[in-house]
Amino acid sequence: MSKASERSARLAAEPMRQMSVQGGFIGGLRQSLAEIWERRELLDMLVRREIRARFKDSSLGLVWSLIRPLVQLLIYYVAIGKFLEAERAIPDFAIYVFTGLTTWQFFSEIVSSGTVSIIANSGIIKKIHLPREIFPLSSVGSAVFNFSIQLTILVLAALLIRGINVDSALLHLPAAILLVLIWGTAFALFLSAANVYLRDVQHLVEVALLVGFWLSPIVYSWEMVSNTVRPLFAEIYLANPVTLAVLAMQRTMWLSGLDKPYPDHLGLRLVIAIVVGLAVLVLAQRLFNRMQRNFAQEI
Amino acid sequence: MTIEVVRVEQVSKHFSIRKQKSLKESIVNAGRARRFREDFKALDDVNLSIAAGESVGLVGPNGSGKSTLLKVIGGILAPTTGSVHVRGRLAALLELGAGFHPDLTGRENVYLNASILGLTRAETERYFDGIVEFSGIEEFIDTQVKFYSSGMYVRLAFAVAVHVDPDVLLVDEVLAVGDEPFQRKCMDKIREFQSDGRTIVLVSHSSGQVAEVCDRAVVLEHGRIIEDASPRIALGRLRKDYETQIEADRKPDEDPSPYRAKIRRVSLEATGGRRGEGDLDLMLSPGNDLVVRGLVDFETVTDDWELVVIVENYLGGLVFGTDTRIMGEHLPTASGETTFAMTFPELPLGEGEYVVNVAVRDRKSKPLDSASQAATFAVRAQGRTVGHVFTDPRVAIGQ
Repeated sequence: MSKASERSARLAAEPMRQMSVQGGFIGGLRQSLAEIWERRELLDMLVRREIRARFKDSSLGLVWSLIRPLVQLLIYYVAIGKFLEAERAIPDFAIYVFTGLTTWQFFSEIVSSGTVSIIANSGIIKKIHLPREIFPLSSVGSAVFNFSIQLTILVLAALLIRGINVDSALLHLPAAILLVLIWGTAFALFLSAANVYLRDVQHLVEVALLVGFWLSPIVYSWEMVSNTVRPLFAEIYLANPVTLAVLAMQRTMWLSGLDKPYPDHLGLRLVIAIVVGLAVLVLAQRLFNRMQRNFAQEI
Repeated sequence: MTIEVVRVEQVSKHFSIRKQKSLKESIVNAGRARRFREDFKALDDVNLSIAAGESVGLVGPNGSGKSTLLKVIGGILAPTTGSVHVRGRLAALLELGAGFHPDLTGRENVYLNASILGLTRAETERYFDGIVEFSGIEEFIDTQVKFYSSGMYVRLAFAVAVHVDPDVLLVDEVLAVGDEPFQRKCMDKIREFQSDGRTIVLVSHSSGQVAEVCDRAVVLEHGRIIEDASPRIALGRLRKDYETQIEADRKPDEDPSPYRAKIRRVSLEATGGRRGEGDLDLMLSPGNDLVVRGLVDFETVTDDWELVVIVENYLGGLVFGTDTRIMGEHLPTASGETTFAMTFPELPLGEGEYVVNVAVRDRKSKPLDSASQAATFAVRAQGRTVGHVFTDPRVAIGQ
């Protein structure tokens, strides 16, 4: 058989598929997921591209992804821990603050780099048909990479100084990571699409992240919050999924704070936040899918 | 058996043209947002069906919606209403090197770009040597692409693109880049694709390219398909519209001719010619006499006028032509309805389809009227030569 007739025989056997389907809520979601799954290799390559390109031509390379958080840690440790004497209320302040910082930076990197991911890849989006979720997801991927480096340092440092809470490590640690991942991805998806239509979004996100940093017990402790505000406000404070993730991380890494108060039912709260997060993530994907239909003309 | 690979059904695409992009502007203009938006129909109820193995050219003036249609077929834009169905693997060659990252090496970019275009890693590995060889830049494959010359960049990108194994290839003007050898290479590759039974949808402003590559052409104007036929008919239609446009855009002559005349009718006849097939007016064989007859209505008494007859191929390329002034003929003073007949004896024309244009001018060669594409004819022979000139070749081999 000639190449041409082979091709037509193969084509005849294939069903026609519709391009740019809107689909129902569930059907559309399933199709989107299938499309993303089909392009997982590309996703993997885009993550590598991001990581590789970032440190290409710099002689220190990957070390730079450590230097920033370490310097930040040093500043918080010296300026806030020593000079402002936060250390008195929070023992092992360095570990404490690094735990919070690592968690927060994981979330913040997903959201901030995810928000600009569609705009940054406008060249591809305008020219090639791809599941566009790939781009915010690749930002998530490179954030996961950075997070894993920081987490390794954190675990090593914690083990060196006092050790980690092994019971909690099995339960709270994965829950915290999952929580940040789910909520961060949901935000990244929605914001990256919104940013196409309204470029103010990326600046708004920067400011919001600045505020968000202080909405979680990273440089201060949950104890201080619960002692100051009324229970209602404390509940609202705890509704923040990043706060829950930070607390869960501290529970694991900050061994010298085990006797400190933690919110009741932390485990249950984590589970609820994860379940709600999944619903939000699905919603974000559907919104993204709706908005992406006009990306090529709006960028 | 024809297999449909692309089906476009009642597709419309509306763009709303908004000027403001910032939050402040949208809030300030919130109430008036509707009025500030201008709806623009880039595609208006388009229906199109493409069968496997066809090569279709999408042509039309700027802003006619041909690129939008290509993007809708490729799934890059979603239609506002209607649906698009496709079959098989689709690849869009809309821009070479989309997704090349300047900081990565050629090798890394080949993998990344191939993946963006839909190849798996294993496939890329299999084709990698071929890609590099085709690009002809083996030496620089491990250099970052930001150090590449634009030529190297395009070569590498094209090499990746043609190794993606598509059933349907969407091409948008990319063949216009690169030097002549490179363009040749592109055309050869396209021909190879055609003989492989792949379907090609090409957007181009070059009628010559469409005529060379495609066996079908679709003319779009203002988002509608106005012609869907063989390249000869479709491109002829497009050229006629262009001419009307050019005529309309032309500034009125500041010193118009004092005479007025209208060409009422143009017809063709030939010794030994036959009635035309399809929309052709006449069929002839090489060596026939061609007579271009017509009727001109002179509204004013016109002396020393000029008759112009030009024969073109359907791409608008001049085949031959003449006017009475260069012929050295002095035409008698005319008024009212006047007939003419211009004979071209023993025309040694090669096989092909031809278009006749007629015009009349006054004594200062100012145009009075013109009839472009006034008539069409075709020449049929034994198919022993190609080109516009007919000859009966013989061959003798000596040793």
